[in-house]
Amino acid sequence: FRIMAGKVKWVTDIEKSVLINNFEKRGWIQVAENEDWNFYWMSVQTIRNVFSVEAGYRLSDDQVVNHFPNHYELTRKDLMVKNIKRYRKELEKEGSPLAEKDENGKYIYLDFVPVTFMLPADYNLFVEEFRKNPSSTWIMKPCGKAQGKGIFLINKLSQIKKWSRDSKTSSFVSQSSKEAYVISLYINNPLLIGGKKFDLRLYVLVSTYRPLRCYMYKLGFCRFCTVKYTPSTSELDNMFVHLTNVAIQKHGDDYNHIHGGKWTVSNLRLYLESTRGKEVTNKLFDEIHWIIVQSLKAVAPVMNNDKHCFECYGYDIIIDDKLKPWLIEVNASPSLTSSTANDRILKYNLINDTLNIAVPNGEIPDCKWNKSPPKEVLGNYEVLYDEEMAQSDGPDHDLRSRSGQSTGVKGSRARDSGKPVLTTWK
Amino acid sequence: AMLDPDRGLSLTIARVVQRLQGSSLHSQLERQARVSLHKPEIKLESLKEDIKDFLKTSGWEKKLQNAVYSELNVFPSPCHPAAPPEHIKEPLAYMRKAQGSWEKRILKSLNSMCTELSIPLAQKRPVTEQKELLNKWNEMGTDEPDLSLFRPVYAPKDFLEVLMNLRNPNYENGEQPSFRNHLGLIQVPLKVKDIPELKEDFSELGLSIGQLGIDDSAQVPPEFFENEHVRVGQKVLAEQDSAAAQQYVRQGCPTALRADLWALILNISNQPEDILYYEQLKSNVIQHDLLVDSLIYKDVKLTASNDDYYFVFEDYLYQVLLCFSRDTSVLEHFTYSSATPPKSYIQGKLGMEEYAVFYPPNVNYNSFILSVAPLCFLYHEPSKLYQIFREMYVRFFFRLHSISSHPSGIVSLCLLFETLLQTHLPQLFYHLREIGAQPLRISFKWMVRAFSGYLATDQLLLLWDRILGYNSLEILAVLAAAVFAFRAVNLMEVTSLAAAEAVLADLSTLKVMPLLQIFLFATVT
Repeated sequence: FRIMAGKVKWVTDIEKSVLINNFEKRGWIQVAENEDWNFYWMSVQTIRNVFSVEAGYRLSDDQVVNHFPNHYELTRKDLMVKNIKRYRKELEKEGSPLAEKDENGKYIYLDFVPVTFMLPADYNLFVEEFRKNPSSTWIMKPCGKAQGKGIFLINKLSQIKKWSRDSKTSSFVSQSSKEAYVISLYINNPLLIGGKKFDLRLYVLVSTYRPLRCYMYKLGFCRFCTVKYTPSTSELDNMFVHLTNVAIQKHGDDYNHIHGGKWTVSNLRLYLESTRGKEVTNKLFDEIHWIIVQSLKAVAPVMNNDKHCFECYGYDIIIDDKLKPWLIEVNASPSLTSSTANDRILKYNLINDTLNIAVPNGEIPDCKWNKSPPKEVLGNYEVLYDEEMAQSDGPDHDLRSRSGQSTGVKGSRARDSGKPVLTTWK
Repeated sequence: AMLDPDRGLSLTIARVVQRLQGSSLHSQLERQARVSLHKPEIKLESLKEDIKDFLKTSGWEKKLQNAVYSELNVFPSPCHPAAPPEHIKEPLAYMRKAQGSWEKRILKSLNSMCTELSIPLAQKRPVTEQKELLNKWNEMGTDEPDLSLFRPVYAPKDFLEVLMNLRNPNYENGEQPSFRNHLGLIQVPLKVKDIPELKEDFSELGLSIGQLGIDDSAQVPPEFFENEHVRVGQKVLAEQDSAAAQQYVRQGCPTALRADLWALILNISNQPEDILYYEQLKSNVIQHDLLVDSLIYKDVKLTASNDDYYFVFEDYLYQVLLCFSRDTSVLEHFTYSSATPPKSYIQGKLGMEEYAVFYPPNVNYNSFILSVAPLCFLYHEPSKLYQIFREMYVRFFFRLHSISSHPSGIVSLCLLFETLLQTHLPQLFYHLREIGAQPLRISFKWMVRAFSGYLATDQLLLLWDRILGYNSLEILAVLAAAVFAFRAVNLMEVTSLAAAEAVLADLSTLKVMPLLQIFLFATVT
């Protein structure tokens, strides 16, 4: 691709040092939004404006932005579930072996999102499901919010009375997307370590959806709840027990500012290998990679695969005590705030490696390039899935390896083969 | 007087037999033998032989072998039968004396803390408090009692000062200090090994032998070493052979096999009576409140709670340590330890033995804490975790906290470290000494904590594999020297103790096996 002279001009509306330091270290030049810019690290509000019909914005070939126009197909809780359900149905219709179900009607390979309904739209369907298991707990999440805001747990129908269309006392809940909720079956048997609940935060970079090319950041982490986990109903209101979001845990009495309640994924791996064995640990990590790729494949057909875009997602995953991973949600704008010194270093390196892939050589971009960076620039990223390369392996590769054995890949240590190595189901 | 080897052997046998006679293994063997009488293959004419065969094929003989092996590992060989028991604890009189004074100092400090705070050393807990503690047993980490008035009884550097001042009164060294003498902080003439001897002792760490921690890295195809090593490890576990396991782990444990291998070497099988014993300790904790509990609590908060790896296991640490300080079976190790536990009595029960509580002589718990924490990565069942820790303590870690002449004792380790450094990196040693940065001042805290809290957990576990494999702590001193060798270039440029500390502040990225291998086998001496 053509190399253009001049320094990259950048804009951002997110004032975070981990970003700005990375721009400055590349010798990029800060400009204002209304000037000519090459790179814009936007908040999700801004991307909405940039790509809205009214704005009539047209990006030129030397402009790169950090979100896909309709990322919310993946990052809004209700749309993510909708897209995954649609994807599964399509596979089923095609007769794909991936959509195979077990004797209870559950998808064998594609059951990775907890049972979820939209409220108020699916209220009646939800009630039907709820009554099948009246002692279950459900988690209510507002569709449009983040950082654990507005989330609460329920175990009685009366607690969500106001979403009931039948309720006489309910005020009419606006159907606007801002006030919609999703209600999901709460995973009340999470894997506990040291008696504490945790979730996994993994960073995934997507440079293109069609063909799908995505990278997994090796340095993900576990976020622990500071309080001992208990499924007891008396503690349903105690958000410190149930929600792992750092934004919430930060205000708990026991929050520690040195380690921030976080473990690296390699710690987790060491612990699981030592206490559970290598095969089940490898299988767990394989499954985690699998569900991430499936979630991206699910939204790929509806994504606006704008060539000016890349996106770094924050995936939240919970592992249950049977070592099954569940996809909880995907964040379009993973927090760039640092809660500890280690955190700051991690996020700085994350942005650095992301920029190396998205803006090759730190030079003025040409969005017509093939988005295939050489493996030397990946840094702490590893190829998670490369559709082009996978297709060159043959049409049935997905299934063939999915039911195959683990090749004993050592977790996230990439071998020097240049081929995608994270998944054994290539 | 030299002990005739046959006499020594029969003494050893007698001692092992005596120790095993009272054990649960003995009663299990008896039971098994009795049960076997019903079996058709046991014939009256050849009763003894048949039972022996039965015990062999059913795996009981192997269990007995492991128990004997364990005893031999833990207890020292007997010296002359006329030697008094103190000599088994510690043969050198001046060392015993020093340990005695150190203990007195600690006890005095503890007692004065009690007086100051008007808290007894030990008291019975009121019933409501007992109930509360029982409810909170699994989450003691969330308690926030006021611990501001408790201070750690001593810091590692206090202990180091005591060691520095050790002198053998029978050793007259009238020479002026010169470069030929030992220029380090430890000034007692204990015998320590040199590199040729260490190379022999640690021969399995040699360059031509496969190691986990080196030959399992991502660039090495697993067919070269790792796969075979794992296979052998699985076989060792299937055979349940302690001695074979100990030999095997010298090349490192595969992560998935480590927990079982260590348990096999330490001869821990977590029988129902072991679980019961642990529950009993737990109820002791519930019923009685000890002053040291607060010290433990404070130390856990200061150390493990702030550690990137260990904070998750905070609650397990309280459980293990509170039980440990009430565990009288630990008293046994005092027969071969130079230390003697100070004893106290529950308030109001002075002199009544069943109300005695002893204090492990090391009440500086942060060293304890850091030696429990890595084990949480391997064992999540509390009673098993407890037993593994207890066994690690009575075999190894107690030697880091008491003054003795034992080759794995902290004094010898310090001397070994200093000697290695002075002999093989003399320029570095002199330079650091000149700028007031005696190397031991920096490495002491690493060794006294067996590197826990300094290395990444996976590296620490690889190091402790070798402690178990070689039944010795000497590797800690070798690693400490190897770290200095590794950072020698930077250290040569510093001009103060603080700067030297800074160069060596962060060991979390070090890979221990390559460091050890290079230092022992690849350095030109």
